[in-house]
Amino acid sequence: MAILQVRNVSKRFGGLQALNDVNLSIEEGKVHAIIGPNGAGKSTLLNCFVGRLIPDTGTVMFDGKSLLGIKPHEINQAGVSRVFQTPEIFGDLSILENVMIPSFASRDGSFKVNWWNRADREKDVQDHAEAVLQEIGLYEKRHEIADAMSRGDKRRLEMAMCLSQDPKLMLLDEPTAGMSRADTNATIDLLKRLGETRGLTKIVIEHDMHVVFSLAHYVSVLAQGTVIAENTPDLIKGDQRVKEAYLGTEAE
Amino acid sequence: MLGLNRNDTLLLIFVAIITLAAPILMNPFPTESSLAQFNAGYPDLMQRFVIFGIFAIGYNILFGLTGYLSFGHAAFLGAGSYACVWMFKLFGYNVLPGIVLSVIVAGIFSVAIGYISLRRSGIYFSILTLAFAQMSFALAYSVLGQDMWGLKGGLTNGETGLQVYSNDPQIFHSEAAPNLPHLFGVPMRETWIWEYGAWQFQFNAGFYLCAIIMLVVFYLSMRIFRSPFGLMLRAVKTNQNRLNYTGVNTKPYTLAAFVISGMYAGLAGGLLSAMDPLAGAERMQWTASGEVVLMTILGGAGTLIGPVLGAGMIKYFENIFSKINKGILEGWFSFLPESVADPIVSVLYLFTGSGWHLTLGLVFMLVVIFLPGGLVGGLIGAGRRLFRRGGGKAAKNTQPTPTSQAAE
Repeated sequence: MAILQVRNVSKRFGGLQALNDVNLSIEEGKVHAIIGPNGAGKSTLLNCFVGRLIPDTGTVMFDGKSLLGIKPHEINQAGVSRVFQTPEIFGDLSILENVMIPSFASRDGSFKVNWWNRADREKDVQDHAEAVLQEIGLYEKRHEIADAMSRGDKRRLEMAMCLSQDPKLMLLDEPTAGMSRADTNATIDLLKRLGETRGLTKIVIEHDMHVVFSLAHYVSVLAQGTVIAENTPDLIKGDQRVKEAYLGTEAE
Repeated sequence: MLGLNRNDTLLLIFVAIITLAAPILMNPFPTESSLAQFNAGYPDLMQRFVIFGIFAIGYNILFGLTGYLSFGHAAFLGAGSYACVWMFKLFGYNVLPGIVLSVIVAGIFSVAIGYISLRRSGIYFSILTLAFAQMSFALAYSVLGQDMWGLKGGLTNGETGLQVYSNDPQIFHSEAAPNLPHLFGVPMRETWIWEYGAWQFQFNAGFYLCAIIMLVVFYLSMRIFRSPFGLMLRAVKTNQNRLNYTGVNTKPYTLAAFVISGMYAGLAGGLLSAMDPLAGAERMQWTASGEVVLMTILGGAGTLIGPVLGAGMIKYFENIFSKINKGILEGWFSFLPESVADPIVSVLYLFTGSGWHLTLGLVFMLVVIFLPGGLVGGLIGAGRRLFRRGGGKAAKNTQPTPTSQAAE
């Protein structure tokens, strides 16, 4: 069953046609990669899913509801979580607090003035956050200030923040950008493990072919705002149009 | 205790002891000694310490937690002051209804101003709040201060300031009650003087009312700081964009913080009127808004106790440092030959007396440059460094970040 349906989405910035009649269908429980050369419109497309941009035409349906014109926090409350290209975390707060915040958002909704109780006495939220940190391997560092961590740890923290919300759909924007090969492999292992234990639906935007071919069940190739090919990773590798549009220019 | 952790409980007890014993602690010098001029333990000044402490505690909930820098909180202080005096004029001199109304009026004001100002963030938010506060000042000073609706002097009595006249209705005023602000018959001005040896200590009813209210609202702010609500506000300061993508609607959170801090300001304004039933428009002026920003930053924005400390310091400077005139300075340096003493005195005099602002400015610059966490942040940092030297690895990973380790 398709959890996210993108139909005829177009977006124009001035003279640039960033997206041109894009159609996508994301299956539940699968990892769907979107690849393409720089400027192909990958990030624009992702921004249309999270309420940052509104497409000029077309529809984006998530779980039977339209995502167009509703605010980022409403989209998150509907079950879509996002990991950013550069880690977006709460730098001044501790790692545990970073994970407790999304957990509170899941439990209490988008706004609740819960000012009398102590945050560290909210056992259900704290236990939940600690369990997620265990799962992702940051439990030992939970009292450290988030900004003091390495970039790889920050990215893992951001994933923990998303996971703590038990999202129906997780969007990952270049989850291994700027990482060393070792960190990249660790991230791939982590995402694979999460895929097995949680069966999460994920959309991964990636540059790194190694990551795409080890993670994705299905690949869409975007070039100049249009989907030029869609298939399983093995078949995409051999696709002549993809080679021309993408691999030919990028991976010589 | 009281739902606080150990450190917070100790801090609350410490603040309570300091505050309640202030009449003694603030008067360390015997009455006849030459240092008696540095005594701050007289009712008028001690009331100001705690009232501006309340103002700064509230301001810190907005600025310290969410990082929204409001330059217009004096508008709520002024609104609270006027509301309280109106209660005196209409119903009588009991301070309780006046204080309650001042909080409500400031709350309504801050909903309106906050709702509009919070449509922007950063510098634009600051400018909007400044604009609203200056509009309020202009309204209070001239527009609403003219005869209107059959009211002589309008709502604010213009530049004279709003005060109680003998022909005001005061419908609940009875002959038995004192003819000045009181709490169920106890006049705010009532002072019990205790002579002990060469010392003299003044215990003032108004001060103790303000002090108890300050301790209550300080406790409430501690609850807010440690609650999930406070955590969300701190997240707004750190990364509002991420918070939106985390499923949190940040607008109502910032508005709630704005209104709470506005109500604290209204409470402070009401108490100012309760201590002295006269409300003037200058309380709304931008300098008054700037003052609370200085207090909060000086003491340490985002720390629990910092703003109170900052408020105390600024009020001490304003009232005590400004009293050091040329004659006093000459007295201090009279042991030096005149040719040496005169230049020293003339330089130092620039920084004392009416030049106290200059000293405050220097102190403020030094704090901002060398102690980014304010006085409290600096103290925590110094404590950590000492502790680390003695205790080795125990202090690892605990950078002096006042926002998350605000307890000390």
